[in-house]
Amino acid sequence: MARKISMKQAINEALDQEMTRDPSVIVLGEDIVGGAGGDGERDAWGGVLGVTKGLYAKHGDRLMDTPLSESAYVGAAIGAAACGMRPVAELMFIDFMGVCFDQIYNQAAKFKYMFGGKAQTPVVIRAMVGAGFRAAAQHSQMLTPLFTHIPGLKVVCPSTPYDTKGLLIQSIRDNDPVIFCEHKNLYGFEGEVPEASYTIPFGEANIVREGKHASIVTYGLTVHRALEAAVTLAKEGIEVEIVDLRTLSPLDMDTVLESVQKTGHLVCVDEAHPRCNIAADISAQVVQQAFGALKGPIQMVSAPHCPVPFSPVLEDLFIPSGAQIAAAVKRTLAWGKH
Amino acid sequence: MAASITPVIMPKWGLEMREGTIAAWLVDEGARIAVGTPILDVETDKISNAVEAPDPGLLRRKVAQEGETLPVKALLGVLAEPEVGDAEIDAFIAAYEVPAASEDGDEGPALYQWVEVDGLRVRYARRGPDSGVPVLFLHGFGGDLGNWLFNLDAMAEHAPAIALDLPGHGQSDVRLPGTTLAELAGFVARFLAAIDVECAHLVGHSMGGAIGAQLALDQPGLVASLALVNSAGLGDEINADYINGFVRSASRRDLKPAVELLFADPSLVSRALLDDLLKYKRLDGVTELLEALSASLFAGGRQAQSPGRGLEGKDVPVLVVWGAEDRVIPAAHAKNAPAGATVEVLGGAGHMSMMERANEFNSLLRRHVMAR
Repeated sequence: MARKISMKQAINEALDQEMTRDPSVIVLGEDIVGGAGGDGERDAWGGVLGVTKGLYAKHGDRLMDTPLSESAYVGAAIGAAACGMRPVAELMFIDFMGVCFDQIYNQAAKFKYMFGGKAQTPVVIRAMVGAGFRAAAQHSQMLTPLFTHIPGLKVVCPSTPYDTKGLLIQSIRDNDPVIFCEHKNLYGFEGEVPEASYTIPFGEANIVREGKHASIVTYGLTVHRALEAAVTLAKEGIEVEIVDLRTLSPLDMDTVLESVQKTGHLVCVDEAHPRCNIAADISAQVVQQAFGALKGPIQMVSAPHCPVPFSPVLEDLFIPSGAQIAAAVKRTLAWGKH
Repeated sequence: MAASITPVIMPKWGLEMREGTIAAWLVDEGARIAVGTPILDVETDKISNAVEAPDPGLLRRKVAQEGETLPVKALLGVLAEPEVGDAEIDAFIAAYEVPAASEDGDEGPALYQWVEVDGLRVRYARRGPDSGVPVLFLHGFGGDLGNWLFNLDAMAEHAPAIALDLPGHGQSDVRLPGTTLAELAGFVARFLAAIDVECAHLVGHSMGGAIGAQLALDQPGLVASLALVNSAGLGDEINADYINGFVRSASRRDLKPAVELLFADPSLVSRALLDDLLKYKRLDGVTELLEALSASLFAGGRQAQSPGRGLEGKDVPVLVVWGAEDRVIPAAHAKNAPAGATVEVLGGAGHMSMMERANEFNSLLRRHVMAR
């Protein structure tokens, strides 16, 4: 039965259902229980934004509060995965990946390849991504391109509670390391989610809105900005198609190419910085594989090539807006007409 | 006088429809319209269909414009005889008020109800009057009560109309009481008992028709009449490509060609329809459940049982309706209907004839049920 819950609740429910279903699922992170050893309610906090609240009461010591050392507990999670557990490690902010990056890109991502396909590393690393939270340069980055670059990692970044639950369950059941990126400004976003467990396959983009004049390809928070642009453009008779990639690795280029073949115009939207980001990747692949379908230049709408500003005014300007996306659609549609 | 003016209003297709968009007018002002003439095409986020004339008349005014999105029951057009003056029509249009969001609005009673049968949670919808012999709608393999979106409310104007999600389908629990028609029919009987229905008219589509026929054989006292729609259980063949394609497809791209086999006009397969099916198919256990059910009932493109052929000589009134272009179960099976049955094969419709030719289907069903 479907009911409306927030993305935060969807994450909690996915973890709860998988911990119930599979005893090898464990959860590690900073303050995810609430501060072991302290007085009072042991389950008080549930992580920096309370995502795991209530799970300790149900699943006990399969949730572990760790020391403030990402390199230690992410390494522990990867080691446990290599030994048959299905750990979910929670990193407060993806910006903290730096200190545990060796464990991820040079260990977890390589095991399957270096051990002749015999080693599996079914680890999930959840982390908050994105700007708009007034948390400044070191807690606001959209680092999805860094992980997408590395073979052996799967990268997920959902835009709705429904996708979040299905993709997180899929991530936990998947036998490869998964970087699960949760946009902090979507935690409160509500949508219909079935109570029962379900999975959404990796590498299948979602067509959020159908249209014939231009394709907008994006993921995460900016899916909603693209929807805002679509409403504005529809009033002017421009029907855009919005493709939500959902997973960046593997990447569903078939759906992107089909859409571009239909519309002839492409706008790639990415909250990540513009150099070597997902928008640049999609653009390059479309030019290579569907050049003949393009009726105008591909447009890219990304955050600027600068750290996320602390000034709230500047931070609001940093994330691609519906107006910027709408303007980009009009630019490609107008190409050659003036 | 206003009594001679007939409004054409935005229909309500399915329990969740709130508004529709006018895709195209199909007739011009001044056209003489017979009952059942398609007047205009309306699109919803789920499906598009033609609005047909409720009564004969002359189309005097197109009130709704193409491209406009309007709420359910909004005034779309006006039928009136020539002697009705333009001023009267203007006054009628000016005075028309869209009835407020009806009882099924957010604050009203729930759209769906739930009941536990054999420890299995079943979703169902019940509409229409409290008294009278209810009409129970049984969907097909992989379907749900939403398959009756054009039919449930139409029937509810005349009799209590009930549709359920069969076990393992829709939003009912993902579990089966068994994989044989007898076990499924027994479950439906216990569902009726659980909601205090002693006897019902059964309307079954595809696999649901075979379940209905089985129930009529096993517990004839429960069944006031039987309507079999593109039904299983009347012959041997069933399209294995459809069954296997539906069961095994995990992505939109794979599922679409299978679902297109359901309709005479494949363009009826919308993104929303595929999304809803994928949401169901992704639930834990559904694929395995559908595999078990299809292996029991439809292995190798053959139907394991044909209870419909056992209805010969039984005392139950039978209506058989088929879409002539059915690519899942051949319309030729309609000839195996029991003697005395009313048989209608509808052109321009495939396996989902109750959706594709909804207005004709609703009239046939109404006559069948109201004759009892």
